[in-house]
Amino acid sequence: MKPLNLFRFASPATFYPLAGRLQPWFGALALLLALAGLGIGFLVAPTDAQQGEGYRIIFVHVPASWTAMLVYCAMAFWAAVGLAFNIRLASMMASALAPTGAMFALLSLLTGALWGKPMWGAWWVWDARLTSTLILFFLYLGFIALQSAIDDPRRADKAGAVLALVGVVNVPIIYFSVRWWNTLHQGASVSLAKSPAMAQTMLWAMLLVALAFWMYSIAVALARVRNLILERERHTEWVQHAMA
Amino acid sequence: MQWHSVSEFVAMGGYGFYVWGSVGACALAMLVEPWLLRRRHRQLVRGLRRPLRAARLAAATVLIRRHAA
Amino acid sequence: MNALVVSLRRDLLLAARRRTEVLTALFFFVVVASLFPLGVGPETALLRRIGPGVLWVAALLATLLGLPRMFAADHADGTLEQMALSSQPFALQMAGKVAAHWLLCGLPLVLLAPLLGLQFGLDGEALAVLMLSLLIGTPLMSLLGAIGAALTVGVRGGGVLLALLVLPLFIPALVFGAGAVDAHGAGLGAGGHLSVLGAMLAVAVFFAPWATTASLRIAME
Repeated sequence: MKPLNLFRFASPATFYPLAGRLQPWFGALALLLALAGLGIGFLVAPTDAQQGEGYRIIFVHVPASWTAMLVYCAMAFWAAVGLAFNIRLASMMASALAPTGAMFALLSLLTGALWGKPMWGAWWVWDARLTSTLILFFLYLGFIALQSAIDDPRRADKAGAVLALVGVVNVPIIYFSVRWWNTLHQGASVSLAKSPAMAQTMLWAMLLVALAFWMYSIAVALARVRNLILERERHTEWVQHAMA
Repeated sequence: MQWHSVSEFVAMGGYGFYVWGSVGACALAMLVEPWLLRRRHRQLVRGLRRPLRAARLAAATVLIRRHAA
Repeated sequence: MNALVVSLRRDLLLAARRRTEVLTALFFFVVVASLFPLGVGPETALLRRIGPGVLWVAALLATLLGLPRMFAADHADGTLEQMALSSQPFALQMAGKVAAHWLLCGLPLVLLAPLLGLQFGLDGEALAVLMLSLLIGTPLMSLLGAIGAALTVGVRGGGVLLALLVLPLFIPALVFGAGAVDAHGAGLGAGGHLSVLGAMLAVAVFFAPWATTASLRIAME
């Protein structure tokens, strides 16, 4: 059997149809995992002693946070590949991931607020994790803004890559700083980190929903990268041929 | 399962707005995003097909004229 | 080393011919710091609490103002390309520019801060810690800011975009810099915070110039 030459798929022409075929599978997987996770979380997992039923928000809040983080790392990875090996498609993949990652960061903040309000009485608390997610959201916005401000697509790709790499290195530093800042100024502030003691079912539910979000992110990224390919490769012969 | 009725499930011990608001927001986002992407895809394909169709139409017109002549 | 010194002296000379630009950033620092008491009220205890944070944020913003100037002019008239093509190490020439930016935009802030700190009712020791934290922090911000300036050189709307890119990166410096003064005030000693800040500076000295030159090369393609 011929060894699989992955670089073959670095060509937009080969990747476009492949992405189109894979998309629905990831979408279906996402749906199944979401149903399973939410099913366990809302129908099987017990009530929490302290937070009552309100704690069930963690079944979307925590997966959203994890996804926002993971997508940023994936984005930085593909941006690095695009920069190092000069592979356009890899850079396009990074650009394709960014809006979805930003969306999950925003969802994490929103669900965090909806969790905080009934639990701690405030729509926003300067909890270390929420604050770090806010900063992560800013990093996403910066990446998207930089790429849309630069007209030349290759310069936009590479500049975005440098920014994403600087960002990914800074994320742990930022997280550590914010943790430090939070513990220092603890006082009356409360921490959303006081999650309920994790029953097995709760953990499973969170994991399944997190996987669902990741499958969704892949599906959406594939769709977006197909759009990017059409936009950027519109003058090539294979696109003309495919559209006929 | 600890839910004794649908209304209990919806109420979520009084936290209904927050819990379903959160789940709803995520669901909404994860429906709107793919819809927007599909819409963009259709726009792109339509935009790319137009000049091709126009060229084909022009070529066909030439052929018809030639036959008619 | 010579390349660094030459580049540094050149930038200082150019800035001396456009003194108003440099002074504007300083006045910005003073004005912004004065806005906060006007916004929150003159109560001494409150001002003393927010003073270090406010001054640090004002310093961040003032540094930000001077960043576009680092590469813009040289990029526009092609000098930057000449520097890249020359036999002198590009990274060292750029390090000279960063050093010039710090001397013009960072160091004056360090010297002005105690005066403004008095407006916030900070005592002598707190002022000393503030100065020290800014002394370590401002070069750090010049180094990190240079990356942002390099990424956005010649780009539309560059100034505001630069702020969006760079401010999240400044946050750790802000946390530990302002935190140092707070820690001192709480009797815990500023040593820990200042050490972390110093460590960040050391890491930045090694990695930021590399990222900056990479970004500049991308911008000049």
